[in-house]
Amino acid sequence: MTVDGSLERLKREGRIVVVGASLAGLRAAETMREKGFTGSLTMIGDEPYEPYDRPPLSKQVLLGRAGPERTALPRRRDIEAAWRLGVPATGLDMAARRVRLADGDEVEYDRLLIATGVRARPWPQADEAALDGVFVLRTRDDAAALEQKLAAGPGRVLVIGAGFTGSEIASACRERGLPVTVAERGAAPLVGALGGVVGEVAAEMHREHGVDLRTGIMVTRLEGDATGRVRVAHLSDGTTLEADVVVVSLGAMRNTEWLAGSGLGAGPRGIACDAGCRAFDIRGIVTDDIYVAGDVARSPHALFGYQFLSLEHWGNAVAQAETAAHNMLSESADRRPHLWVPAFWSSQFGVNIKSVGVPSMGTEILIAQGSRDERRFTGVYGYQGRVIGAVTFDQSRWLQFYERLIEETAPFPPTFTTVDRRPEGNRPMPADFPDPSVPTHGPTITLSGYSPADRRMTFTPAHH
Amino acid sequence: MRLVVDLNRCQGYAQCAFLAPEVFAMHGEESLLYDPNPGTDGEADAELRENVTRAVAACPVRAILLELADGRAGDGPGGAS
Repeated sequence: MTVDGSLERLKREGRIVVVGASLAGLRAAETMREKGFTGSLTMIGDEPYEPYDRPPLSKQVLLGRAGPERTALPRRRDIEAAWRLGVPATGLDMAARRVRLADGDEVEYDRLLIATGVRARPWPQADEAALDGVFVLRTRDDAAALEQKLAAGPGRVLVIGAGFTGSEIASACRERGLPVTVAERGAAPLVGALGGVVGEVAAEMHREHGVDLRTGIMVTRLEGDATGRVRVAHLSDGTTLEADVVVVSLGAMRNTEWLAGSGLGAGPRGIACDAGCRAFDIRGIVTDDIYVAGDVARSPHALFGYQFLSLEHWGNAVAQAETAAHNMLSESADRRPHLWVPAFWSSQFGVNIKSVGVPSMGTEILIAQGSRDERRFTGVYGYQGRVIGAVTFDQSRWLQFYERLIEETAPFPPTFTTVDRRPEGNRPMPADFPDPSVPTHGPTITLSGYSPADRRMTFTPAHH
Repeated sequence: MRLVVDLNRCQGYAQCAFLAPEVFAMHGEESLLYDPNPGTDGEADAELRENVTRAVAACPVRAILLELADGRAGDGPGGAS
């Protein structure tokens, strides 16, 4: 790519294809044009809409304050692209440098950026998932359908899963005055991301706002009425719950199926790439012409022990897209690593929750400022004697300070005193993350019948 | 008009909510809710446009990216130069 000036040729008349027309794809395309790329640019997206912003879908949109069709992302500049919207990519031929589309078309590239993101994990029983009133929330269409249902004033909404999205949905329902039950198989909401100490605060917030929060429980079956509308949920404690809206909020699945058999290192855990966003093939060799950005990427982070991190964060999508775009159009010596410090936010029950670093790596937490009882505090996470993450509840102005400590691998517990330190902040506590190697629920087997001929075994598999 | 607020950057100073309350509103102590596509495309009324432009400029942490209906990018994180 150097001696013969081929990089210049690529920038002038090369063909770049971006698969995934959401936040990461759009910001990458803008960055390429900003860097002087004048060749052809093709944007491929499975949804029929131009790039839109997803965070408002579980907040403003569910509250009925902004229509789902009014979330289109502002452009930083014109990208002069050929848009192929509503047509998913179905295959990749790495040797021929071609992307296959669902309509049979093929698009050739000199450089490919994969930003296909994630989709909502569906309810595992397809016939139950198809019942009228059962939703997931990831896309504009999902939000439009769910908002319409909430506006009709359902008798009870059941939210399955109390992660960030599930909690935000429950919060929006309560704000609309709707009865809500949240079923979470862990011990508290948000425990996977923030641990049990903070999860306990989240649980109290749910209950104070009138959510019927049930933890340590699984939904085993959804039952519809004769017209195919969802009516009852069966729970793992043997009880049933009537609900006319069920929102399945069980996390996300990475959109990598279209790459099966391509030879690219892509699977259920995402697409592995190097710190410069170049994708690995299945042999573990990094490719020169295929880059990855956003939720679907899994890349090593020097600050966190070179662990491969998958970050489903808005800010990560933007930063990684910019780095990928830069590197796609650079000589190898000019490439940059993607060294973004993870950060995210959530707004629920009127509280602004923000985080930096990787709290889930933390083994201990110190409430450095404020108090959990007041729902206004800063928690600092420690890992092997260093600060690894931080979370704030309505104290976001302190977060930047802790971000610096994470970047500097400052010692944990912090050696300095902080303003507004309370007695609960005198010493660190175990952060209480669930052990990922221990399943929260094994399979459930129930036996019925007496005579050997009647003996029946019902097997309810563990969900993942 | 189209806009997006980088809520990692936002620290709840609420300047935008004072200057363009029809678009930005505080929700609780420091959460911000906003209308991502205010006005009607093409004929966003002048006052709304003026207020939003002032809100963008007043944000102490430069968290708002605005694209006016005529395609001109406004100020903000990495806004078009």
